[in-house]
Amino acid sequence: MSDVYEALQKIVGEDYVSNRAEERYFYGRDPGLMPPHEPDYVVMPKTTEEVQEIIKLANREKVPVTPKGGGLALTGLVIPLKGGIVMDMKRMDMILEVNEKSRYVIVEAGVTHGALKSYLQKHHFHLRHSIPDSPPIATIVANAVIHGQGRLTQQRGFNSDMVSGLEVVLGTGEICRIGSCALSSQWFSKGPPLPDLSGLFLGWFGSTGVITKLGMKLYPCKKIREVMLFLTDKVDLVPEIIRKLTHTEMVEDIVVAAQPIPPRFEGIVSILLFITGDSEEEIEFKRRMAWEALMVYFESRDGGFVSVTPNMKPALLAMPSKDTAKFADVSKGGGFEYSGPIAPIDKYPAYLEKLEELALKYKLIYASATRVIDGGHSMMFSFSYTFNRANPDEMKRAKVALDEAAEFALEEDGVIWKPNINEQQMVMERMDQNTLILMKKVKQLLDPNGIMNPGNWEVK
Amino acid sequence: MQQKDYASQIHRCFRCGYCKFPTDYSSFNCPSYRRFRFDSYSTGGRLWLVYAWLKGEIEWSEHLAEILYACTTCKNCAEQCPMRFAPDIVDWIVGARSDMVEKGKIQPRVARFFEAVYSYGNPFKQLRSDRAAWANGTKNYAPGDEYLLYVGCLGSYDENGQKMARSLIDILNASTVSFGILGKEEDCCGNEIYMLGETGLFQNLVEKNCKKFKELGVKKIVTLSPHAYNTMKNNYPTFGGNFEVYHYTKILSDLIKKNKIKPSRAKAKITYQDPCFLGRYNNIYDEPREILQSIPGIELVEMERNRRDAFCCGGGSGNFVTDLLAGSMDSPARVRVREAYETGANTLAVACPSCLTMLTDAAKAEDLDDKLAIKDISQILKELLPAR
Repeated sequence: MSDVYEALQKIVGEDYVSNRAEERYFYGRDPGLMPPHEPDYVVMPKTTEEVQEIIKLANREKVPVTPKGGGLALTGLVIPLKGGIVMDMKRMDMILEVNEKSRYVIVEAGVTHGALKSYLQKHHFHLRHSIPDSPPIATIVANAVIHGQGRLTQQRGFNSDMVSGLEVVLGTGEICRIGSCALSSQWFSKGPPLPDLSGLFLGWFGSTGVITKLGMKLYPCKKIREVMLFLTDKVDLVPEIIRKLTHTEMVEDIVVAAQPIPPRFEGIVSILLFITGDSEEEIEFKRRMAWEALMVYFESRDGGFVSVTPNMKPALLAMPSKDTAKFADVSKGGGFEYSGPIAPIDKYPAYLEKLEELALKYKLIYASATRVIDGGHSMMFSFSYTFNRANPDEMKRAKVALDEAAEFALEEDGVIWKPNINEQQMVMERMDQNTLILMKKVKQLLDPNGIMNPGNWEVK
Repeated sequence: MQQKDYASQIHRCFRCGYCKFPTDYSSFNCPSYRRFRFDSYSTGGRLWLVYAWLKGEIEWSEHLAEILYACTTCKNCAEQCPMRFAPDIVDWIVGARSDMVEKGKIQPRVARFFEAVYSYGNPFKQLRSDRAAWANGTKNYAPGDEYLLYVGCLGSYDENGQKMARSLIDILNASTVSFGILGKEEDCCGNEIYMLGETGLFQNLVEKNCKKFKELGVKKIVTLSPHAYNTMKNNYPTFGGNFEVYHYTKILSDLIKKNKIKPSRAKAKITYQDPCFLGRYNNIYDEPREILQSIPGIELVEMERNRRDAFCCGGGSGNFVTDLLAGSMDSPARVRVREAYETGANTLAVACPSCLTMLTDAAKAEDLDDKLAIKDISQILKELLPAR
């Protein structure tokens, strides 16, 4: 194995490889609840060619490779289950091109959402991308690989739907381009009108190859962004409220929040509506459309809009939202994890009831921020529980609650988002057999030596 | 001081990574993460590794100590962390260092730093008798003087620091400020010793200094270095050292406002490096800029990262001696001089002897020393005062 270390040093330089206990410890775990497993090496490539050399080396030596971005999925997807090499992609941090007319950006694999946001604000202020709620260190590529969501997901779909091209190092070491960039200098489409091969990599958690560059669609950045807050204590009404709001096609983002802390929020569902416009008139029009869509609930006294005070606004409008990470410190414990099934919207009341039931059963503090996806075709419901990392018993209870939540979600027509390895097996057990066989063939074709993030999407 | 509580609190870090950034997320603002790029060198990495060490999941090693001491305690993490414990983070780092020192687990370069300060009263192993060799007849503090000018170790022994000290003394003399220095009697202020976690030696230094100051009847102290300013203002009162403490930029700014200093016209484009111990630690951002803006003909331009988002030169927590962040194009000081040069400035102004020496060396390493002058504000001002 020392030969591997020396070979890695030759590829990326001495400064960017480690087999020391400290790096192995840190890269052997994530902030969630999955058990740790340490890599043998951590390596930080700078170029696609270096990634290619590492993959070739790993194939020769039969050493597993786990690509890593921000490492914030919380479900252990970058924990190297079989050791080997963790490839930290964050040194590949160049924003290569912004095409203003066709509205896309090409980034290297380590570019963070924070860096892209900042870059667009400075250099292309009329463009924006779909910023997730995860901290700014989350990378564009890793977020797409897990089918992440962002502030434009309600209107535009998953962040992976916004991908407009890929450069990939296959599990066998070839460099391959996917989408319009396979035959053109332009990265405007990841598939159509060609066969869409991006599905061989998006959602696979690095188990079929390493994405080294990615094109991402950009969208108009309106001059004004506002937030509205609708409250109701009638949980059963939430699906219809969402239907009415999405029917207006006026709302950029819809997040349904439920939490027991502070106590005045217990039993109340908060629906946050984000609207954007280039003028006060546009904002006012959209605000009125949303207002009128929900007027019936005001009249029946089932809910109503409340004013968002100036004190509340900055936190609600912040992208990314620091409040998301703050949930980890609610019990002064440094941890939270969530199971986030993608589910039919009409299941919201049942999911919320389950969230509260599990919190009560396992004595946990919960929160839930459910995002409407793609104009109201589905929702991401979050079963979020906070835990104290210094309290092993609470960690165990949180893990059991999340496992039960995942089981429940699958029973209630949901599909688990960024599933951990156990949840992946639960998903595959329920999957159509021919679909499973197809997945197995894809995996064998792209990663014949089984070195790419092994353990993930492994069809037994 | 939260140091003692660190072991019961340190698990609260979620390693969300906000600590790596400036406010606008445009780049990485944690000096050691920017230098090494392993997540282990970020604040989250450090806190998780220390917690692992406390739990016995990893053993102490020199590499672990390097990770811990590569932190310059620049306080960017405390500015950016979204959690309620954010103000305590640096204390946790210092607490972990103290714990290691108590257990005799000390990074070798840091150990040499301690030994030098203990034996010589400075981290450079220079003779105490040479401490005032630079001073060129500057009078010692005597009862009745308004200010004690505390020069510090860099001002006393480092070539750049000495130039800075001489400039400041010339300006103070020209504006008839009543002051004196301690000369050979001066000792280390202890700021770096505190940050490096040697609490016993720190206490010893503070008590000695406070005793000396009180015996001389010192009421007001002007410091050359923001590091000394920080510890004398914020730590000394805990030990009964209640003095009025000023950084020299405050004194010069006031003198300019009172028309006691009138710099002549200059033609320069200047950018300014906020020292961590002046800015983030003590919220002093305006006075240094006011001094520069008072100079007729000078154009002050800002680097992208400035004020609370300023990028540390990499010299804090004794790293101007231990140099754990050196040896790369990604060393913070080299990154910073490139950033300064990109503003189009021909001068990078500093207000700290540590910044001065770190950035001067970096400009040479980047081959920018003939394009970007690194000067302390006192030096810039001194050059523009009429010869006496």
